[in-house]
Amino acid sequence: MPRRQDFYSDSPGGFEINLDHRKLKTPQAKLFTVPSEALAIAVATEWDSQKDTIKFYTMHLTTLCNTALDNPTQRNKTQLIRAAVKFLETDTVCYRVEEPAALAELQKNEWDPVVSWAEKRYNVTIGSSTSILGPNIPASTKETFVSHLASYNMWALQGIEFVITQLKSLILSMSLIDRHITVEKAVLLSRLEEEYQIRRWGNVEWAHDYDLCELRARTAAGTLFVHLCSESSTVKHKLLQD
Amino acid sequence: MAALGAPARTLRALLRELRHAAGRSYRDSPAYRHVLAAFRAHRVTSEKLCRAQQELHFQAATYLCLLRSVREHEALHREYHGRGERSPKEVAGLVGFRLPQQPGGKG
Repeated sequence: MPRRQDFYSDSPGGFEINLDHRKLKTPQAKLFTVPSEALAIAVATEWDSQKDTIKFYTMHLTTLCNTALDNPTQRNKTQLIRAAVKFLETDTVCYRVEEPAALAELQKNEWDPVVSWAEKRYNVTIGSSTSILGPNIPASTKETFVSHLASYNMWALQGIEFVITQLKSLILSMSLIDRHITVEKAVLLSRLEEEYQIRRWGNVEWAHDYDLCELRARTAAGTLFVHLCSESSTVKHKLLQD
Repeated sequence: MAALGAPARTLRALLRELRHAAGRSYRDSPAYRHVLAAFRAHRVTSEKLCRAQQELHFQAATYLCLLRSVREHEALHREYHGRGERSPKEVAGLVGFRLPQQPGGKG
């Protein structure tokens, strides 16, 4: 297969991606336009990295853009925010075990700080619980997060919701998006129990590392996507459907 | 702000990943040029960082994580999940047989 020259071009509607002199389209056949030049460059780089075959499962930024453009689940901003905040009820870092003691201790040491950070940063009460019903999150806490998330545009929200479903935690996602922790740390905290089991029973490269790399890639893509869609100076607002 | 280490180190690692991704003409690739230009413009390789510089550093570290993880994931996929089925010739070879030659076809 001949080497593709993938470029991006600027247009009034946003930045487009050109593949072999044809304009990239979304799965629903819309013109692929992104609001940020840096995002367009990163997407073009994903296409440029493909060698003999197009491995769509490695093209996380392209996928996120397609989701933002096509909105296949047809959710509006309110629905997206509601889905995101709902995760708080089953947030990974709020669900604690009582046994084994070593794991309970690890959860306390690793997760308590990030829960405290969120409580301080957002001036809310969250807490944690060992009950299967999870923590009792006050309505005011949920409202605070709802209004915070409302400050993001639609594209960024798609990214935030994506990161939350990957990490299974609203708190870890906000910690990451607020740049309090790195992607590697967020993924580690999300997978704390797995990491504990791996340390006890051993690592299985083809399963554990495979999952770890995939989670890191998706989380990194989601985070980068959110930040690139939120930078007011470089973003074309018309596209973002505030 | 997350603990990120030295910005120069992040930049070097990121450029290395971009070289992997792009192949021979990496220096001309939009991503390579964009990253270098951004770091130069904000002088992120210096020790004292202002908020904009920290944000750029975080973005670079995140992009580095993305490129690295995709590469590692693909390598693991090829190694463990990409083999697919063996051909009939390979299967025969497993037990020491060779496939019969039928110049006229199966008939």
